[in-house]
Amino acid sequence: MSVSVRIPTILRTYTGGDSEVSAEGADLAGVLDDLDAKFPGIKGRVLDEAGKLRRFVNVYVGNDDVRFLDNLATPTPDGTQISVIPAVAGG
Amino acid sequence: MSAATTESATPSTTPFLREGAFGHATGLSCRECGHKIELGPHYACPECFGPLEIAYDFPAVTREQIEAGPANIWRYKALLPVPDDIEQSPNMEPGFTRLLKAHNLGRELGIDNLWVKDDSTNPTHSFKDRVVACALSAAREFGSKVFACPSTGNLANAVAAAGARAGMKTVVFIPSNLERAKQVNSAVYTDSLVAVDGNYDDVNKLASEIAGEEEGWAFVNVNVRPYYAEGSKTLGYEIAEQLGWRLPDQIVIPVASGSQLTKVDKAFRELVKLGLVEDKPYKVFGAQATGCSPVSVAFKGGTDAIRPVKPDTIAKSLAIGNPADGIYVLDVCRRSGGAVEDIDDDAVRDGILLLARTEGIFTETAGGTTVGVLKKLVETGQLDPTLETVVINTGMGLKTLDAVSDRVGPAATIPPTYAAFAATGLTEENVNR
Ligand SMILES: Cc1ncc(COP(=O)(O)O)c(C=O)c1O
Ligand SMILES: [Zn+2]
Repeated sequence: MSVSVRIPTILRTYTGGDSEVSAEGADLAGVLDDLDAKFPGIKGRVLDEAGKLRRFVNVYVGNDDVRFLDNLATPTPDGTQISVIPAVAGG
Repeated sequence: MSAATTESATPSTTPFLREGAFGHATGLSCRECGHKIELGPHYACPECFGPLEIAYDFPAVTREQIEAGPANIWRYKALLPVPDDIEQSPNMEPGFTRLLKAHNLGRELGIDNLWVKDDSTNPTHSFKDRVVACALSAAREFGSKVFACPSTGNLANAVAAAGARAGMKTVVFIPSNLERAKQVNSAVYTDSLVAVDGNYDDVNKLASEIAGEEEGWAFVNVNVRPYYAEGSKTLGYEIAEQLGWRLPDQIVIPVASGSQLTKVDKAFRELVKLGLVEDKPYKVFGAQATGCSPVSVAFKGGTDAIRPVKPDTIAKSLAIGNPADGIYVLDVCRRSGGAVEDIDDDAVRDGILLLARTEGIFTETAGGTTVGVLKKLVETGQLDPTLETVVINTGMGLKTLDAVSDRVGPAATIPPTYAAFAATGLTEENVNR
């Protein structure tokens, strides 16, 4: 299950500046584990100490916020586009 | 001399910033974990993704100095992340809008002492001109080439107009189902209005992705968000100054992302800290439309977890289903003893007509929501009608005519004869307001 992950600016220090990386995993949790194996430490920035998504980060699988889907258990079929985006306020 | 020092960060050493470019701002500080970084076009904490806010070393400011300033937001420039020569560069000079004593609305709702802060008289007819003016200053100082935003409508209007006046390129992104008037109110100022098929949260996601790729773009509410958000403080400063340098007892504010509400509270606390007003308790109330009320739902549920929603309401300017500052709204409203309430779309329309027919102020759906929630708060006993209350009208009704056009119209259509008029029965005794 190879997916493409869009990396926000503040995490690009982990990916050597790359804004888009590929990863493997059957669901979002699996994808984050694989990312952490490739770019050690990155998972700890997206998840808090309890292993849940941090409050101010939005993760999208396809075009949907995973909080509308199954959170970390959201399936990530082959070719899925995942985006990790800091929350912003003001509209 | 330093009258009140907030968490001071290391002074900026970023070479491209000119001396004093951000006034008395000293750096950026994470609202969640306190992590500090230097001033720059940054918005998310590199440690925890929390929102970055401006830290200041405020100078001593007196009421007299402020009162001697211009009749716009720059009278408070010492308290904003803008240079001292801000008036030298072309901008829209928003702010210092009227604070009206709302005798009739107060009587109607049974509130003894009610005021409307009418921000519909800003240059593009919403409070967004305030935040955009601060964002424009930051974009200039960072040398940005394109001025941009994702918007629920009003922000796009403000960015497009301010960009035009500043001679900058602008690109504004809106949901494609937005009110026609809001689309036109952006498109007259810029060729680059982009309508996105999706809701505001989709537009916001797209803008954040673009901001991560394009160098030289200042997205006012994304990468220059910390500077932008400070502009809303001026609403709080003005209310206090216009009340004769004191805080109201209660204030009702619409909530979309929640940024404005939290900044009005911040303004009140800063005025106390600077010794410009006396400290006193005040209650802050948030207003949402039921079709997009994630913060109200969390408030009533007594939780801190705001569950995002897919918006479905006529109050499109408030239709943010995933409000980033929602948890801070909960903090402010709970700490101050206020509340967050919501009303359905019919009550939003009623709120628009109520304000129009009592005070002669035509507000848009956001204001209809705020006035409608004010009414509900009185009826449910959550707001004390004996205390001095301020309600903020953040936008202009001409932008959302469709919301009420089915509800109003001619009382009669008649030929131009006296007999026809007499037949309508419109005599002095039975003409209503
Ligand atoms: C007229 C009007 N009022 C209120 C708001 C809500 O502001 P905030 O996102 O800061 O909560 C908006 C915009 O988002 C608006 O356009
Ligand atoms: Zn942080």
